[in-house]
Amino acid sequence: MNAADTAFVLICSALVMFMTPGLALFYGGMVRSKNVLATIMHSFILLGLVSVLWAVCGYTLAFGKDIGGLIGGLDFLFLNGVGLDATGGPVENIPHMAFMVFQCMFAVITPALISGAFAERMRFGGFLVFSALWLLVVYAPMAHWVWGKGWMAEMGALDFAGGAVVHMSSAAAALAAVIVLGKRRGHGHTPFIPHNLPMTVLGAGILWFGWFGFNAGSALAADGFAVNAFVTTHMAAAAAALAWIFMEWRHSGKATTLGAASGAVAGLVAITPAAGFVTVMPAILIGLGGGVFCFLGVLLKNKFGYDDALDVIGVHGVGGTWGAIATGLFASINKATGLFYGNPSQLWIQLASVAATWAFCFVASLILFKLVDATVGLRASVEEEERGLDLTQHNETGYQA
Amino acid sequence: MKKVEIITRTFKLDDVKAALAEIGVKGMTVSEVKGFGRQGGHKEVYRGAEYQVDFVVKVKIEVVVEDARVTDVIAAATKAARTGQVGDGKIFVSSVDEVVRIRTGETGDAAI
Repeated sequence: MNAADTAFVLICSALVMFMTPGLALFYGGMVRSKNVLATIMHSFILLGLVSVLWAVCGYTLAFGKDIGGLIGGLDFLFLNGVGLDATGGPVENIPHMAFMVFQCMFAVITPALISGAFAERMRFGGFLVFSALWLLVVYAPMAHWVWGKGWMAEMGALDFAGGAVVHMSSAAAALAAVIVLGKRRGHGHTPFIPHNLPMTVLGAGILWFGWFGFNAGSALAADGFAVNAFVTTHMAAAAAALAWIFMEWRHSGKATTLGAASGAVAGLVAITPAAGFVTVMPAILIGLGGGVFCFLGVLLKNKFGYDDALDVIGVHGVGGTWGAIATGLFASINKATGLFYGNPSQLWIQLASVAATWAFCFVASLILFKLVDATVGLRASVEEEERGLDLTQHNETGYQA
Repeated sequence: MKKVEIITRTFKLDDVKAALAEIGVKGMTVSEVKGFGRQGGHKEVYRGAEYQVDFVVKVKIEVVVEDARVTDVIAAATKAARTGQVGDGKIFVSSVDEVVRIRTGETGDAAI
């Protein structure tokens, strides 16, 4: 047990917790004013729902004793056996309980990311039921496969802080969401203009800040790898913000604040799986790629005609996939070696993990959405959607005229 | 008595207010309005997607004056608000039947 490492992981847990209200503002600013509270709630209330579920059974499904490489056992049900020393935890240097709460914050933000796809048309009850089921059926197994000694880890897939577990998984669920829920009323002919971009930019800033906990904290020690992850995270976000605004400058004539904010988040997504395995110059390249590919990814939805309201697929799907592949290309430290450093097999492992993540998360999410749609109901009625979700789902409004 | 409604560019509000104050206008009502005329709307771009915004934000200044001062008010407002580009706005003049100052109960020109 190491006091410095424990302090570091606790502070990083708090930083990751702060990302969820940051995401709430990031998303909240991008919707119309009649849906601002409902959109914020889709992130914020998961701090409640997911945290409790995590302590009761989520943690043990992800990090309990491995069963066939697929799921964790029930050893840690109700956090039994998760103590204040390292016993049963993944590392010797911090209390098992510190690892549990650090992972709890990841579990909170991941389903919140999905909410960008179904923004402005989801009923609150259906949202809660779906999020609870998704945490246990999709997130917990994914976390187990990659971080809980499951089959992806055994295969040698590299995912430092959650490119697959957090970003690809939520994007695959987002794709399922837009297929099951359909488009918002008026999509294609009514302008859906963000109602408060300063809120969105503030949210992006909070996400960037919290991401230091997300990525550097994933070293689980206050050591050089944590420093490396901190710096690669920052540089990738910086490079991606620049790349995005230059892309849109060329594409539509002006650089925008929404573009700068989106680009920073795209870079943070892209560097997430790689942060502890690449050095700083490759991190800048990963960030530039994140900005360019995610900008193009966002344009794709207009080609396919799906209504991914806040671009979960374009940013988290494209960025997460690029990051996982880039890890296979650029990895060079922390006992990892990628294609460019003489280990082509790592790239194939990364591609296999990308395909498996998308396939599993998409199919499982699609089934869950259909199930909840048929039982509790997902889609707000025409009238609810017209009047706004704030008033119809929560009996309140964000702004007084 | 006449009501003069001046709908013009928001950044011209201060100039119009100063010009009207200079010729002795003692009060006005100002509101932010949206609409379109020959200028039409404008284009906004979010994450590469273009949206046509039909209604442009303008400021509406309402003043009520004695009949004899209408020409001066129109001249001053026009001079202050004009840029010469499409979108400078319009001035509407209409008759006002009665004005009452609530505090004193005065009516007509005395209440303006």
